[in-house]
Amino acid sequence: MDPVICFRSAVALVGRFPVLAGVDLEVAAGEIVAVAGANGAGKTSLLRACAGLLPVVAGEAWVLGEDLVSNPRAVRRRVGMLGHSSFLYDDLSVAENVRFAVRAARGSLDKVAPSLERLGLTGRLPDTPVAALSAGQRRRAAIAVLVARDPEVWLLDEPHAGLDSEHRDVLDAAVREASARGATVVLASHEHERARSLAARTVTLAGGATSVDVMSLPPRSPANVA
Amino acid sequence: MWRDALLVGGKDLRVEMRSRVTTTQVAPYAILVLLLFGFAFDQNHTLLSRVTPGLFWVAVLLCALLSVQRSFAVEAADGARDGLRLSGLDPAGVFLGKVAAVAVQLAALEVILGVGVVVLFGTDLTDPGLLVLSAAAATVGLAAAGVVYGMMAAGLRVRETLLPLLVLPVVAPVILGATQCWMAALGLSATDGWRWLILLGAFDAIYLTLGVVGFATLLEEA
Repeated sequence: MDPVICFRSAVALVGRFPVLAGVDLEVAAGEIVAVAGANGAGKTSLLRACAGLLPVVAGEAWVLGEDLVSNPRAVRRRVGMLGHSSFLYDDLSVAENVRFAVRAARGSLDKVAPSLERLGLTGRLPDTPVAALSAGQRRRAAIAVLVARDPEVWLLDEPHAGLDSEHRDVLDAAVREASARGATVVLASHEHERARSLAARTVTLAGGATSVDVMSLPPRSPANVA
Repeated sequence: MWRDALLVGGKDLRVEMRSRVTTTQVAPYAILVLLLFGFAFDQNHTLLSRVTPGLFWVAVLLCALLSVQRSFAVEAADGARDGLRLSGLDPAGVFLGKVAAVAVQLAALEVILGVGVVVLFGTDLTDPGLLVLSAAAATVGLAAAGVVYGMMAAGLRVRETLLPLLVLPVVAPVILGATQCWMAALGLSATDGWRWLILLGAFDAIYLTLGVVGFATLLEEA
């Protein structure tokens, strides 16, 4: 079966600086891969390239069968990204933000309420403007968007940042369930233990290039997949 | 495209209703501009009546700049523009939605300014059809050109100061055409206002086409 994500010697530039300088990566459907590396190694750039937000100018880059070199926009509706920014509108309520994102992605509005509930955004919170939320609540709202959209590829950049332990577990469970349904997950995290507990494999970046690709030990067991 | 335009236009208008920037800042600003024009020409009421259409459209243009800047400031906060790109929305739909939202805000401001003009400057109306049609065409033109150049400037650090420099020269035909139409509609000149309306229509067609075709590139480059 073809990999869902396939990068071969992929190069991406920000200005003239090569933020990706020869990345090789293959991720299969349903696989969870952690991306490790020091600050500035290219983790965020790799995720942005996978989302079609950062143009790949040399090498090969395919996501969900779409060639990102020639048409980076083609894949966007099918991927979901949790980045450093929340991608939310401050003046809209939490529920309005989630509904807007789901409708834009041609998703089902039936998933909005369950996703808000799952992330603990209940009571008055769905009707609260995002500007009035705490950092952790804002993060949970951004995750609720992702859960409600239920994309084919999840790109998570420091997904646990700003979350309390309860909602870190909620996020991990949502990621495992998405993977079990066949979604592909790539996550960049400095929280190595938590990332390794989720991922089947860890890819290490250094200087914008893949340096190590290893299987996580111990491998995921059926118990922690459920 | 139309579905996405409705979605984006509705979202932008909802953001404006919640933030109330248009009602609490842009509308008072527009009224202040009209009042200052009134003070400047107070000694010569005949002149004031004659230049009313020009003053009205200059006030609308200044408000249009604020509305367009606001429309893109919303997308700049907390990575929202990346969110918009990631959403998979049709860029042409995003463009039309933003144009519609800015145009609706401008239309509301024009009603307020129109009342202000009648009250402050004492104008008479002779051709309401021409007045309404030219106002609609000029509003769409200002919104379309504003959104095109607003997107062009959106990714730059100097966007606030660059936008007026880009937009003001480009929309000169709109100000000229709308002013001439209104002078005819208010009985202030013997010009054939309907011919100027064709100019406004052509401007709208050019910028709406430019935006629908080129907005994807602008969104990527921002």
